[in-house]
Amino acid sequence: MTDRATPSLPTDWRAPGLRHRLRRRHAAERRFRRLGAGAVLFAAGFLAFLLLTMVGQGLGAFTRTVLVLPIDTARPITEAGVDAAAVRAFGADGPLLMADQAWRVARERAAVGRATVRVPASDAVDAALAGQAAPAANARAAALRARGALRTEFAWSFLRGADATDPVRAGLWGAAKGSLLTMAVVFAFAFPIGLFAALWLEEFAGRNPWADLVEVSINNLAAVPSIIFGLLGLALFLGTLGLPRSAPLVGGLTLALMTMPVIVIAGRGAIRAVPPSVRDAALAVGASRAQVVFHHVLPLAMPGILTGTIIGMARALGETAPLLLIGMRAFIAAPPGGLTDPATVLPVQIFLWSDEVSHGFVEKTSAAIMMLLLVLLVVNGGAVWLRGRLEARR
Amino acid sequence: MPTPALLFLLGGLALVGWIAARGRAAASAAPRGTLPGHAGTYAALLILAPPLLFLVGWSAGSPALVTNAVLHDRAASALPAGGFPRASILSEAREIARGSTRPAFDRRAAALAPAYAAAQARYDWIAAGVAVLLALAGGAAAWRQVRPGFAARRRVERGVEALLLAASLLAIVTTLGILASLVWEASRFFALVPVSDFLLGTHWSPQAIDPRDPGAGLGAVPLFWGTILIGAVIAMAVAVPLGLLSAVYLTQYARAATRRWVKPLLEVLAGVPTVVYGYFAALTVAPAVRRLGVALGNADASGESALAAGLVLGMMIVPFVSSLADDSLAAVPAGLADASLALGATRRETVARVLIPAALPGIVAGVLLALSRAIGETMIVVMAASGIATLSLDPLAPATTVTRQIVDLLTGEAAFDGPKTLAAFALGLTLFVATLLLNLVALTVVKRYRQAYD
Repeated sequence: MTDRATPSLPTDWRAPGLRHRLRRRHAAERRFRRLGAGAVLFAAGFLAFLLLTMVGQGLGAFTRTVLVLPIDTARPITEAGVDAAAVRAFGADGPLLMADQAWRVARERAAVGRATVRVPASDAVDAALAGQAAPAANARAAALRARGALRTEFAWSFLRGADATDPVRAGLWGAAKGSLLTMAVVFAFAFPIGLFAALWLEEFAGRNPWADLVEVSINNLAAVPSIIFGLLGLALFLGTLGLPRSAPLVGGLTLALMTMPVIVIAGRGAIRAVPPSVRDAALAVGASRAQVVFHHVLPLAMPGILTGTIIGMARALGETAPLLLIGMRAFIAAPPGGLTDPATVLPVQIFLWSDEVSHGFVEKTSAAIMMLLLVLLVVNGGAVWLRGRLEARR
Repeated sequence: MPTPALLFLLGGLALVGWIAARGRAAASAAPRGTLPGHAGTYAALLILAPPLLFLVGWSAGSPALVTNAVLHDRAASALPAGGFPRASILSEAREIARGSTRPAFDRRAAALAPAYAAAQARYDWIAAGVAVLLALAGGAAAWRQVRPGFAARRRVERGVEALLLAASLLAIVTTLGILASLVWEASRFFALVPVSDFLLGTHWSPQAIDPRDPGAGLGAVPLFWGTILIGAVIAMAVAVPLGLLSAVYLTQYARAATRRWVKPLLEVLAGVPTVVYGYFAALTVAPAVRRLGVALGNADASGESALAAGLVLGMMIVPFVSSLADDSLAAVPAGLADASLALGATRRETVARVLIPAALPGIVAGVLLALSRAIGETMIVVMAASGIATLSLDPLAPATTVTRQIVDLLTGEAAFDGPKTLAAFALGLTLFVATLLLNLVALTVVKRYRQAYD
């Protein structure tokens, strides 16, 4: 202890300089916090804006305008007969109010004993009802609606039909079936191979030098841009193996190569999460390594593996670019019947429709996007639900 | 023999083998641990594996054999000597023989179709015969081995392990396949066009290639520049600040309840298919950007500007940056932040001076991974960016990217081995190498600086 005490003054909390500095620092702190909240809100707002834009533009595609056409349903229905009925009912330009090929719809729908049949109205009538055509046409559409000749009904054809040149008749089922077939191929190849590779890496590889190489390849494959897989599919499946273009088989194989690494990575995580005590107990009562893995580890890891598989397949379901390169962008007016028939898939259908300029296709594109997002939401939600359920059971 | 029938037959043989071997093993003593079912499975494996392996190899080799047989047919004498016209006639004949297209586009193809069908049927029968013989031989071998004391379990498990190993090796095969196909096609391209013309040329117009000097119209510098401008500059200028700020906000400021539902919401941004972003960019963002550009006095602002594509691409990348930054911020030991706060630093000062420097390797790696994803992204630029290659600093001018050009080059109806389609593979190789390098650098950064705080 020296007698010369250090001259330590108590902090003067009221000093103007200190208070000024503190205020400045706290203001900066508040600004920073608001900036962070702003970033989160901006990202969420962007998502909301995107979804609202799609819903706002696409909702119209789920309904369609129909003309109630008085016609003699006892006689066979022909194109000329339908046109004549339209002229009688709506005047000389009556046939123009109907969609292209509307008489085929009339033939399908006409029921003996009914005096009228509902046929799809043309794109121009839709625009006029929305008030987007010339004033005279707008007024006429409103008048027709008022007297009950124009009605709105749910557009089943949008969900049931295949692609068509005319937006009124274009539907999603063709592309949806293509997606289903493609996903079946993806599952049939990517799931067993991904599962086996994950099991080998986690349970059998040990210090095998190949294991490092496999691991590097898988991590690398998971980061390769999807379009590169399209180039591989084009060169390998179409070029070397001579498989048919535009087929769900080729699309599925290409996407399976892309999905496999996702399944391996998720599967390894799930297998690693199985407690070692389970393995030790099984080994202790005399099970072989394969029995340990297939009777004990795999059932416990299955929920995680399945969740990873579903998430990987959901990504494949939304993928477009690689499929463009293997020719799945053709106009296909009939749903595919098998794995080697020409087909398209939902995201490619969206891409194809987005290139069309007519108002009807803008609506269809947005509606197709709504359906795709809905499917993805259901699939991903299903994955979360499945995991919760399977984990709760054990 | 049709494939389904053949597979059905092989499956039936395997089932018979399984039942027979199981019965034989059940009637005799086995070593400890081996069950009769193991002997059955052993027999089934021995019956199924050789013919299936043979069929896989056969399906890779037989198209060449069939084509060869057809070319020796008399109907083939009218064919052109070789090259693309002959290949197209042959493939049409194959389609007709399969029954997938009926009306013949080329008369010579229609004439070849019966020869094709006959050769195909002949080779199919040969393959089926060999497969069945292999299955029977496998079954006989298994039958002879299944005797008292035969350790079937060990054999079966070795077989299962080999199956798992084969599945794992497929990952290596895929990687090599990508590399081989890209390098092979690209080397054919570089045989036509000098590497220097491609990598250093500044003029890109694949629609009008001069056959005497194809390299003059295939200089890829404008594409590289467009990719950098859209993917590395504009998209990153959007994604890095937004992603970092939201990660900091969610880890440092938000309450746990808020974080629980906001974080999945941000992840949804990464789950939206890219074709949806592309449509949104083309339909909503690009016209808005154009109007903004015109309002700012740039009269020739493009409706296919680099800015519109880059902005939407950036929004798509936000969750990648934010979740990787989130992870690396969370990995910083809590003691560091606590010490800084205890000294009187505000949260912002703690984040800026302590947390971010400590988490920097992880953040840098995350940004690099996001960058590799941005330059590889295809649909947004296909739908919203331009097809015309320009060298311009102006973000409102049209710009194109490597991925966009790959799609454009390969979706026309051109000859498969013209310089135009081969150029797509050269672009693909460049893209593959660039993303691979980015990923390697990211991994190295993480590995080298990670353990600093353990």
